[in-house]
Amino acid sequence: MKLRNDKARYGWVAIGLHWLVALAVFGLFGLGLYMVELGYYDPWYQSAPDLHRGVGLTLLAVALIRLAWRALSPPPAPPGDHHRWEKTGARLAHWGLLVLLFAAMISGYLISTADGSGIDVFGLFEVPSVTGRQNGLEDSAGLVHYWSTWALVVLAGLHGLAALKHHFIDRDATLKRMLRP
Amino acid sequence: MLKHRILIPLLAVLLSTPAFADKPGGTYQFDTEGQHQFILFKISHLGYSWLYGNFNEFTGSFTVDEDNPENSKVRAEIKTASIDSNHAERDKHLRSDDFLDVSEYPTATFESTGIEQTGERTAKITGDFTLHGVTKPVTLDAKMIGYGDDPWGGYRMGLEASTTLKLADFGITKDLGPASETVEIIISVEGVRQ
Repeated sequence: MKLRNDKARYGWVAIGLHWLVALAVFGLFGLGLYMVELGYYDPWYQSAPDLHRGVGLTLLAVALIRLAWRALSPPPAPPGDHHRWEKTGARLAHWGLLVLLFAAMISGYLISTADGSGIDVFGLFEVPSVTGRQNGLEDSAGLVHYWSTWALVVLAGLHGLAALKHHFIDRDATLKRMLRP
Repeated sequence: MLKHRILIPLLAVLLSTPAFADKPGGTYQFDTEGQHQFILFKISHLGYSWLYGNFNEFTGSFTVDEDNPENSKVRAEIKTASIDSNHAERDKHLRSDDFLDVSEYPTATFESTGIEQTGERTAKITGDFTLHGVTKPVTLDAKMIGYGDDPWGGYRMGLEASTTLKLADFGITKDLGPASETVEIIISVEGVRQ
């Protein structure tokens, strides 16, 4: 069982974290679009946002672990057969994804805590507000949340398409190394 | 000396007459600065309880015509985005296009069209209320709470009024359940005479 990354390949920890974040991002995006359209008497009216907040904050923890792991076990270099523009593009996209991911999570947290209340995570514990009550913060944070999440899924979609391009057109190992070490 | 003997009693008489001491007629600005003004809304939650909230930012004025009370006037302008029900997510939702749509309709206004005095201190104030881009006539049940000199050299009058609106009349059609189709608006203000 190869857990750590090496110079050429990802280990299971990085692979697992990558797909966990991907699943959570697309899941939260879909759940977010769905929950804001629910009717007031819908049985999911309260539980869908509860789930969205709980998963979102869990994702924040996972994303921080992922960053820590990246520092402990640096990712492999890009495959040698990639063009220079592909390497630059991938690098920009990866950093863009990271920035948007954190912008989305932090702005989401700020919406719910703008009245000074904390966020309950699956009934297990509460994450307190750091801002306290801030009039209108929910609106500005809401705007950032809306656009950062859209940008995140669009960029993640491009990132996925790029992986498919490497797999099916260039027929290189880019996608495969994110599937198994 | 003689002058003062006449002038001082004359002034005393003049000042003690209602014309100078206790005539509340005039135009009053809502005390926005001192925050002696409140607009509350009250709506049923599921038919089980009341939900109260505020509009924190608004301005307004009223004119009191003592001789012809029906010529008195009231106007108010409310910043809809200042809605505050002490719950950030709900306030954000109330500002969205499901309810107030504050980016499209940033202000709600009330402009009186007629006042009918119903008692010594009560009146029915009819006016045009514009909310969510829809203007409808509404009638406020108003009560004058008190008036007189304040301790800082000004003159004040307090009014409280309420009315009940049907949300759908103003194009707000989000379904909150059968008990929550109407909302009571309570306006409680102190005016400083200008």
